[in-house]
Amino acid sequence: MTTKYSFIGTEAARPDAPDKAAGKAVYIHDLVRPGMLFGKIKYSEHAHARIKRIDTSRAERLPGVRAVLTGDNSPQVRYGFIKDNFVFKRDKVRQYRDEVAAVAATDPDIAAEAVDLIEVEYEELPGVFDPEEALQEGAPLIHDTDARGKPRKDNLVPVPWRFAAGDVEKAKQEAAYVAEDAFETQLIQQSCMGTAGCIAEFDLQNNLIMHTKTQIPFLAQNDFNQALAAMGLKGKNTRVIVPTLGGSFGTGLDTHGYEFIAILLAYKTGRPVKIVLGREEEFVTLSPRQPTRSRIVQGCDRDGKLTFRELHMILDNGAYTSWGATTPSVMMLPVSSIYRVPNVLYDTQIVYTNNTYCQAMRGYGNPQAAWALEGNLDHLAEEAGIDPYEFRMINRNIPDDLTPMGLNITTCGHKECLETVADRLGWKEKRGKGEKTEDGKARGVGMASLFHVGGSGRVYRSDGTGIIMKLDDFGNVSVIAGGVEMGQGFEASLSLASAEALGVTPGKVKVVTGDTATCPWDVGTHASRGAFTACNAAIQAARLAREKIFTLAAEHFMPRIQYKEKRKQKKDPDYRVPDLDFERALQPSDFDMKEDVVFLKDEPGHPHLHLRLEEILREAHYKEQGTMIVTEAFYDPCNQMLDMKTCRGNLSATYIFGTQGAEVEVDTETGKVKVLRFAAAHDVGQVLNRQTIRGQIYGGVMTGIGYALCEEYKADQGKNLNPNFLDYKILSAPDVDFPIDVDCIETHDEEGPFGAKGVGEPGLVPTAPAIANAVYDAIGVRIHSLPITPEKVLKALRGEAV
Amino acid sequence: MKKLISFTLNGHEVSAEVESHRMLLELLRETFDLKGTKPGCGQGECGACTVLVDGVNVDSCLYPAFEIEGKSVTTVEGLIGEGNRLHPVQKSFVDRGGIQCGFCSPGMIMSATALLKENPSPSDEEIKRGISGNLCRCTGYVQIVESVRDAAERMRENAG
Repeated sequence: MTTKYSFIGTEAARPDAPDKAAGKAVYIHDLVRPGMLFGKIKYSEHAHARIKRIDTSRAERLPGVRAVLTGDNSPQVRYGFIKDNFVFKRDKVRQYRDEVAAVAATDPDIAAEAVDLIEVEYEELPGVFDPEEALQEGAPLIHDTDARGKPRKDNLVPVPWRFAAGDVEKAKQEAAYVAEDAFETQLIQQSCMGTAGCIAEFDLQNNLIMHTKTQIPFLAQNDFNQALAAMGLKGKNTRVIVPTLGGSFGTGLDTHGYEFIAILLAYKTGRPVKIVLGREEEFVTLSPRQPTRSRIVQGCDRDGKLTFRELHMILDNGAYTSWGATTPSVMMLPVSSIYRVPNVLYDTQIVYTNNTYCQAMRGYGNPQAAWALEGNLDHLAEEAGIDPYEFRMINRNIPDDLTPMGLNITTCGHKECLETVADRLGWKEKRGKGEKTEDGKARGVGMASLFHVGGSGRVYRSDGTGIIMKLDDFGNVSVIAGGVEMGQGFEASLSLASAEALGVTPGKVKVVTGDTATCPWDVGTHASRGAFTACNAAIQAARLAREKIFTLAAEHFMPRIQYKEKRKQKKDPDYRVPDLDFERALQPSDFDMKEDVVFLKDEPGHPHLHLRLEEILREAHYKEQGTMIVTEAFYDPCNQMLDMKTCRGNLSATYIFGTQGAEVEVDTETGKVKVLRFAAAHDVGQVLNRQTIRGQIYGGVMTGIGYALCEEYKADQGKNLNPNFLDYKILSAPDVDFPIDVDCIETHDEEGPFGAKGVGEPGLVPTAPAIANAVYDAIGVRIHSLPITPEKVLKALRGEAV
Repeated sequence: MKKLISFTLNGHEVSAEVESHRMLLELLRETFDLKGTKPGCGQGECGACTVLVDGVNVDSCLYPAFEIEGKSVTTVEGLIGEGNRLHPVQKSFVDRGGIQCGFCSPGMIMSATALLKENPSPSDEEIKRGISGNLCRCTGYVQIVESVRDAAERMRENAG
């Protein structure tokens, strides 16, 4: 394959992989600070109860204990998206995981023993665990007041997510075909292999150093500084240092109770305090993905053209509010804009309950929206008597289109994604054939699409990313980035893009991340924006660095070549200095640089007229009034924040499309669904790193299949029942017993770095509805709630609603 | 109860005084400061803590430290040769995209190493079975299987 790039689109190995393979990467679990204590948290034993008394005296007397904190002896620190959460609960607990006390001790075993010695007396309160019940009059109030102390009347979280365009009622009357469904999604856990944790420590000026597992070092810095102010340390600063992350998947988009507790314990004891969650603790106390209930109606005209879409959604918020409460603002994108539809109504209710509170997970609401949209779309296609693939082709998104939400679609590979998946699955031969195996198993194919931000998303006022590029006199390039590597391959794509843009080899590039004291500001690694924004910033910084390098070259290029030639002649008197014009006047614009070599643009292959980058850089450093090359860039995409009243605005600089399809086999005796083949075609703009992009999509697909078929965080009256990998099933290697075709559709987006769009989240977005639609093709019953368990399939086959 | 135990660790004779309730994982990470072996769940479900005991892959979080007496333990650090030369399995994981966040990688690599010792030419199904006790949330396992297949080829070439 010929390409205009040296490194973009290659199969380059990740720069962070050798350390990880050798066991030398340092995760929070591995990090030790001198004098470090171990923190442990005492959680609530009830879902909803008044705290009557906390007795910590026995814990305090245990040898090795250095501090015991409760709401009574520590400053009140509020946190969360709308600051409805407190670090230690004082009056009442609202969920099982509520923190009521914590201990710091010299040893983790002592800390655990001390926590067991803390006695808490509760007065149980009636709880509410169903979001619809929580909306009824007379339901227990989870929060009596809001963060400002104003009395609350109901359990609705005050967020404004409602979108309306056109006239849905009129379109409903006029539609030729209409399909209506109710869908549900379950709670699931992000299941990072490395659990969450942090080490908090103070310097002698009482500035905080926070080693913590986060995706938002700079926003976390702000949260921690606010906590310092609440502790009476106003004006003090936090330095956030991010260790190697053992996965994150959205868990690092909020700051968490355990982080603030570590800070309080470290301040109290004057020593570094480490808190790392155990696996069961992480299952129970780290916020999972929001469960949803949707009522959806879509309609089309006689030709199958969508005329309206109406979706009402209820989300279980749990007891407190994280950034996860903004997921409907992302769901709104596909709800308003996937497939072309003029009349749209979307409204949401996010409801407080006594369940565990929820937060972001990869996909940020989009999988929940896709589950309803794509299942109902198949239903509508059937009502209209049109093949679901053809139906999607009729309504597919197209390039250069403005959607009702004001999303400006530029490049769009939706058509190619649909065609590729249909082709991979053998759609025409297989769909609707009611194929049965010899032992009576039914086979079917299904597909579903996705629409997501691909050019970051202006969730905050800034959508910026800083990059500093620093060159040394060996030609090494430090690319200092504000973004975070959490396994997705941020460093792998950023090193390739930096090398390509600057004109060096990737081996010369060192990506430096994860320290607010040294790295430039970045709003956070979320919304599939890491590579998109950082590589764009790197391209700008590289352009500035090249200008500086070529300015130096104009001065030093010919003299340096002359000096080298003369030295050669000195060493070897027989050597003939080539006939070059050493006095030749050169301009910066005469130069180019590729793969560490500076040469003349017009004479690229010249045998003598080239220098290695480091030779030029050394000329810059080692002279009187010398200079150095450090450049910086701050890339802020050309996108808009949503208008909060109308929920309109071009949220992303570009958008991504994808289609996934499955062929499944359903055992009608056991209800088991087996995937026989899976196809994923994604509009990625341009492949930056062919190895890591495949990894992103494969990983997404397998998490999506887990969401579809087996993952479920089970709870009874708010208490988690399966806090371990035996009872909470994530897929293992033998479960991948089918081929997965990954196709990257390249649409070369102008806003993207080298044409690339974001790719972090989409892999798992349409997976579950693709499988459910295949199940429908196989057995003729539609499953409306996730996961698609054998029990549900059997129930559905018996004609019961699921 | 405490006991002095002696065993071979990555080729060296070592000994340590251990309490009866300690697991091999803690012994490796805390006493011998070998942090490459990862604590993923503490319940033998995720495989992040996999090490080789006498060549067999075990979950070190469930393996009582007392029982290591006289045995030979290899951790991920023990695979690395002089001059930071990676073992062929480690090399293949690096080259073939078998690593993302990397938390499962040491355990995954140890299970793959045990498998290839037992079966130098495994089928894809045998590879998947060989790493079935090692969970990974990032990769979807496809490139891990490719890495192990590649390592098998490398090791056969080295041997041949």
